[in-house]
Amino acid sequence: MSSYNNTARFSEARRVAIFGGTHGNEMSGVTLVNLWTKNGTEIQRKGVEAVPFITNPKAVEKCTRYVDTDLNRAFTPENLSAPGGNDLPYEVLRAQEINRIFGPKGSPEAYDVIFDLHNTTSNMGCTLILESSKDHFNLQMMNYIKKAMAPASCLVLMNEHPLLKYSTSRSVAKHPVGLEVGPQPQGVLRSNIFEAMRVILKHALDFIELFNEGVEFPPCTVEVFRVLEWIDYPRDANGNIIAMVHPNLQDCDWEPLNPGDPMFHTFDGKTIHYQGSGTVYPTFINEAAYYEKQQAFITTRRETLVASAIIKA
Amino acid sequence: MEVDQVVPLPRLPRVAVCGGTHGNELSGVYLVRELLKLQREVMKKEQEEDSKPALVLLVLSNPRAMQQCRRYVDTDLNRCFTHATLNGPLSDMAPYEIIRSRELNALLGPKGSPEAVDLVCDLHNTTANMGLCFIGYSDCDWICLHIFRHLQMPDTPMRFLHFDVSNKESYSLDSLGKHGFAMEIGPQPHGVVRSNIYTAMKVGVQHMLDWIRLFNSGNVFEGGFVDVFTMVKHIDYPRDSETRNITAAIHPCLQDRDFCLLHPEDPLFQTFSGETVRYKGTEPLYPFFINECAYYEKGIALSLARKRCITIPAIRVQTEQEQQANEQGFASEEEE
Repeated sequence: MSSYNNTARFSEARRVAIFGGTHGNEMSGVTLVNLWTKNGTEIQRKGVEAVPFITNPKAVEKCTRYVDTDLNRAFTPENLSAPGGNDLPYEVLRAQEINRIFGPKGSPEAYDVIFDLHNTTSNMGCTLILESSKDHFNLQMMNYIKKAMAPASCLVLMNEHPLLKYSTSRSVAKHPVGLEVGPQPQGVLRSNIFEAMRVILKHALDFIELFNEGVEFPPCTVEVFRVLEWIDYPRDANGNIIAMVHPNLQDCDWEPLNPGDPMFHTFDGKTIHYQGSGTVYPTFINEAAYYEKQQAFITTRRETLVASAIIKA
Repeated sequence: MEVDQVVPLPRLPRVAVCGGTHGNELSGVYLVRELLKLQREVMKKEQEEDSKPALVLLVLSNPRAMQQCRRYVDTDLNRCFTHATLNGPLSDMAPYEIIRSRELNALLGPKGSPEAVDLVCDLHNTTANMGLCFIGYSDCDWICLHIFRHLQMPDTPMRFLHFDVSNKESYSLDSLGKHGFAMEIGPQPHGVVRSNIYTAMKVGVQHMLDWIRLFNSGNVFEGGFVDVFTMVKHIDYPRDSETRNITAAIHPCLQDRDFCLLHPEDPLFQTFSGETVRYKGTEPLYPFFINECAYYEKGIALSLARKRCITIPAIRVQTEQEQQANEQGFASEEEE
């Protein structure tokens, strides 16, 4: 990328992958990728090679999140370079394979864009996940998608936290984009959720096609929710959960949570209140897969990022 | 049958409340764990208020599945309780749930014998928008129907679901008891506990135990009417003939509309290419278990039921003389 008169130039985004089944029981992505593998007409765009790909086929077959370890945390430098062949956990082997096909991560040969399709049991609606506040290409894409979806909501979650950031499947690409749509139970396909994800991807591919044709996208601002911290469930001395997300917080993703607001509801009926110092915006509230990761919800703060104009180099 | 005639029924001294029969249906898992913690207080309250307390057995049915937060480890535990499966030969390589079903049969049964517990209440969750459902094999088990009627929950829709399966063919955990039903509450994703769903289940179980205490104490419960939904058939998803993968999702007009009457030609599914597949039956029926996660592998997208209004008689507990006469009657029947 080089700047000229404050317009950022990016090379053509020709190689695009669409990942489904990174978690084998998140059904929108699995279904869309299978559909497009059979018939890819819908995802064809001029100047774009869009590859649909099931990242975790064994987990998909068992309709489970993962077999040995969470694939969407597996793309660490250690894992990607680990020797050991078939002794390695299944998902580490998969990560290495995916890195070979769509990477190598961090190199010029890596894919330009990877869309990673996810569902959540949380009431997050349509969410795009951004990994870097400095990726102006992604910021412009997300701005385009949000405007195209309006008045329907599509929010941007940004996880740039040095400790909480994790090594995702999509991080292999130069421009990683997470798509998270909920609420949907694991293992279930809901028509409205499926169609919403389909529409997001349609707009995303339209953007890439326009960009590759040489359209200049003027500077814009993008509202994002920046990850602050994960909050765990209250637990007893043995590590067992002793409270549930409070009914006042349940399903209230993206709504302000103020100090003193109800947060958890113990099994014997007591309320535990939020003790933070200021208002936060919670999300990933009561995600099934996060019980084992000690995460009841995450807190975010609202920020406005500025994206410079972009044009194809 | 005259509605004013009070039917005396045997006491219910032993009751079982089971959770975690499916290890990822978390309301029951957490509720039974919580009740186990409080067990001493529960039993003490029974003894203080009533000279004839019921024994409440609290059971976590499938601990290994619970530990992994999965529905089952090898095979669905809640299909393992037919007489044939319980009494058939057992190999060394038997699935975990088959072994577990024998243990549960020894604890709560044996199924069909006088030693079986009097009532089994098995706690379940569903991803379908079903509210609170009692699921039983009989539409004339007055105990279960009266308990259902007694449960009053203003914010939770309640229905009585009847699966017309003979005792010989009954397959679920609740069939171990002399009386039994599943308490199924949704919508809740598997692997998640939602506070409102947990609370509804907790209140449901408490009201059931209250009813049993009242019944055992001699209370007369008036007769009346109960709407019962009897399962008629299941409908599977449209599937690809080669891969057997589903090719459509539950239609947006049907999703979450459990127990809303489905008419011929109403939308059932929306294919991935946008076409609507319609209900081709001739009889309007009530859909339920719409888009239950665990039923994809069983080939069930939704189930359909007929609704009837059942008349239930007034009931009370048998007196000791009635109980003895009953037992002598059985004995002399056996002699003959």
